[in-house]
Amino acid sequence: MAYTITENVMIAKSTWRMVLSGDTGKLSRPGQFVQLKVPGFYLRRPISVCDFDNSSLTLIYKVIGQGTQAMAQMRAGETADLLPGLGNGYTVAPCQPLLIGGGCGIPPLYKLCKVLIAQGMKPQVVLGFNSKDEVFLEDEFRAIGAAVTATTVDGTYGKPGYAPQAAESLAFDYVYTCGPDAMLKAVYRLCETRGIGGQFSLEERMACGFGACMGCTIQTNAGAKRVCADGPVFTKEELPW
Amino acid sequence: MVNTGVVLAGIQLDNPVIPASGTFGYGKEFKEYYDINVLGTFSFKGTTLAPRFGNPTPRVAECTAGMLNAVGLQNPGVEHVISHELPLLKTFFHKPVMSNVSGFSLDEYKETAAMLDTQEQIGWHEINVSCPNVHGGGMAFGTSCENAAAVVKAVKAVCKKPVFIKLSPNVTDIVSIAKACEDAGADGLSLINTLLGMRISLKTKKPILANLMGGLSGPAVFPVALRMVYQVSKAVRIPVIGMGGVQSAEDVLEMMLAGATAVQVGAANLVNPYTCKEIIEALPQTMETYGITDLQSIIGGAWK
Repeated sequence: MAYTITENVMIAKSTWRMVLSGDTGKLSRPGQFVQLKVPGFYLRRPISVCDFDNSSLTLIYKVIGQGTQAMAQMRAGETADLLPGLGNGYTVAPCQPLLIGGGCGIPPLYKLCKVLIAQGMKPQVVLGFNSKDEVFLEDEFRAIGAAVTATTVDGTYGKPGYAPQAAESLAFDYVYTCGPDAMLKAVYRLCETRGIGGQFSLEERMACGFGACMGCTIQTNAGAKRVCADGPVFTKEELPW
Repeated sequence: MVNTGVVLAGIQLDNPVIPASGTFGYGKEFKEYYDINVLGTFSFKGTTLAPRFGNPTPRVAECTAGMLNAVGLQNPGVEHVISHELPLLKTFFHKPVMSNVSGFSLDEYKETAAMLDTQEQIGWHEINVSCPNVHGGGMAFGTSCENAAAVVKAVKAVCKKPVFIKLSPNVTDIVSIAKACEDAGADGLSLINTLLGMRISLKTKKPILANLMGGLSGPAVFPVALRMVYQVSKAVRIPVIGMGGVQSAEDVLEMMLAGATAVQVGAANLVNPYTCKEIIEALPQTMETYGITDLQSIIGGAWK
């Protein structure tokens, strides 16, 4: 489907925000993703949706390779071809939530945070970055009323250390998370320690993004699952960690 | 008016466009995008006797004008296909479907094909002797004339429906293997499966795919596939289904001129789920552009 890029700007080190306008009818839940066609590349790029409304959607992505480098060259006013509304997304239920994200795993938690707040919940948000120059979305989370703790691995900003460490002192009874594998596993152990549940958004190399190619299948406690179509969000019980 | 119909091993197709096995599941993912009854037919996900998880991830990698996959024949097993996938497919696809069968022994090919042959929805079998991503089976059967012929004989002995053998391009002489299959009684041939390839990550300095190697598909392989379809179809009397990097109506015409009776579309479905629908819609106009009124009549047109 065709969308118009209305903005594509760098917001932190190697971190870009692309806003597109077009039909967002297929986006129904936070935590879903889109597959974006990048000029010059054969496969689409799966990018999580940071925010959306009736006519626009926001993607925040990290430039990590040639494909995302080309994405950063796309300009406002240009048309982009994307498959919207892929994946299952987060399921929202009443709880005292912790949202914990690392690096480019943070964006999908933003729309989730909005939805949780709209339903009367008071999310604690912990954001993990490597360094001060990579910090993004912190102000936006505060602006919608979330209690935010920022962390940096090198200690140049916020609490020094990793995000899951900073979460240990907080009060919550359910976790929503997205980020690097090591962080997700640390969050999983935190859930185990506290005896609580959570939802984990995973990342995997994928081709189609809509469940056809079986390129992203992982083994779970509920059998073989496609990260793209059966995920990317899995419950703690499903993860064989 | 142009005629896009072709006859494939005795069964009339509205058009020659067939999504290739492994890129179309058992159909249900694509019905969310369009009515898949516009297709000639489709070849379902490679099915084995027992369920298979397949290879560890990463299973896919990208390259210029194509991709590598090392899925490793993940599938729910033939019993599940018969009890769940085919009944579900029947609710939204009303044409004969092409089965796709893989195995690790002659007995397994035989047993799986025999079970599928009893299913009325299935019009043809495509027997995969060319999967490059599994060990001790798959491609091992398709890289020698004797082994390929043995699979053909085993499967033909238990099937009433037409049997197509899907051939590997990872061989020295595909024509001799094609002829061995024909002599052993195959009703048709499908080619090509993927070409074995590799990518290495500059970050980890290791192969990207967990399986180290994977099958190359996408437009990068089209000229290789076209050449093999030309060579094989010219050398045999049985129909050939051509595939490999096809992504437009023009590519379909080129494949048919090379000698293909029908044409499969693979990787392109994964990049744009509407690809086959768009090709089918573009076909009449593209035929008119090149002065073609009857598609069946151009098969092998490039031989002369």
